Amino acid sequence: MGTPIWKITCQVYRQKDGESAHYDEFVMEADPEEYVLDVVERIWAFHDRSLVFRHACHHSTCGACGMRVDGVEKLTCITPIREVTRDGGTIKIDPMRNFPVVSDLVVDMGLFYRRMEEVGHQPVLPVNEAGVIEKSRRPKDRDGQELLRLADCIECGLCISACPIAVTNPNYLGPAVLAGAQQNGLDRDPHLLEMVDNEDGVWRCHSVYECTAVCPSYVEPAWRIMDLRKQVMKARFKRLFQPERK
Amino acid sequence: MGESLRKPTTRAWMQAWFDPRRRDLGTFAFVLNRITALGLTLYLFLHLIMLGNLARGPEAYEQFLTTIEHPVFVFGEYLVVLAGLIHGFNGIRVALTSFGIGVPYQKRIFVAMMVIAAAAGIIFGVRMLTV
Repeated sequence: MGTPIWKITCQVYRQKDGESAHYDEFVMEADPEEYVLDVVERIWAFHDRSLVFRHACHHSTCGACGMRVDGVEKLTCITPIREVTRDGGTIKIDPMRNFPVVSDLVVDMGLFYRRMEEVGHQPVLPVNEAGVIEKSRRPKDRDGQELLRLADCIECGLCISACPIAVTNPNYLGPAVLAGAQQNGLDRDPHLLEMVDNEDGVWRCHSVYECTAVCPSYVEPAWRIMDLRKQVMKARFKRLFQPERK
Repeated sequence: MGESLRKPTTRAWMQAWFDPRRRDLGTFAFVLNRITALGLTLYLFLHLIMLGNLARGPEAYEQFLTTIEHPVFVFGEYLVVLAGLIHGFNGIRVALTSFGIGVPYQKRIFVAMMVIAAAAGIIFGVRMLTV
């Protein structure tokens, strides 16, 4: 038996500079085991070369292909068609919310990246700082130096898009940024306290846990936000007993 | 920081705050908390307005008490109790997890809290709605 081929309809969000948004429909043949990004690429290749979308690695490392599939944030390079529709079904593909749309499915992530940088998030960390592997088991190169590993967060922005609080408060730092601050640690970087201990920081989270639900890298941003709160409380408590500087 | 993310439209935030379809359990908990909070706030205003009847003398207040014995008002009161139970028990989950207690189990805690709220709701329902 050969692989079954499904006929699906893709409703794709379109918006170019200054134009109002609308959806274009594309009827596509798709293998249920292939990924949503493969279908988007075929739409671009065979139906509409003006479609703008981002993609790079195709294996959930670069975080470029984040989109909303039927209203839920997905890394489209690892989302199989069978998971989001059926034969004869329809899928709606939108850009991530809470970011300004640049064109079609591409959003402006500039501010998000700058905030990540500001909290000291490093996409690549020395193994000993990543803190996930026992020292004796850490891989080393030929010279005995510990290898680098990718930190878990791939800065895809899906958590920011999924967060309902980021919808109503555009100043909210958002899950990935707060998770980056937690990972960096208030002990290591005290200036982070001012950044996260305010109404747009760690206290704005309303415990929805959608960030954790959509995170493709299992960073668990919600848990990190709660842990960051503990760090903030600890830092505040310490300050109570510090002599005031004149 | 100065800059902000995309400015929200009314439709976008209404959808984010009140439409849990296809979302995870946490969103259902969030939406339930929003709806019950709005309901309880509305009730608080109505309650204060009705208490204003006290200032209009004993007859007016007696008349008011007779009015709220109507089954529609009794059912309304039952909805207030239900909202209080859901909001309160979900609030315990939010308070616990907000400081890192039981975060990996937040879904199970939510289900457990809603089971308790439902059980209490049934007991209140039997007592309030049956003669």
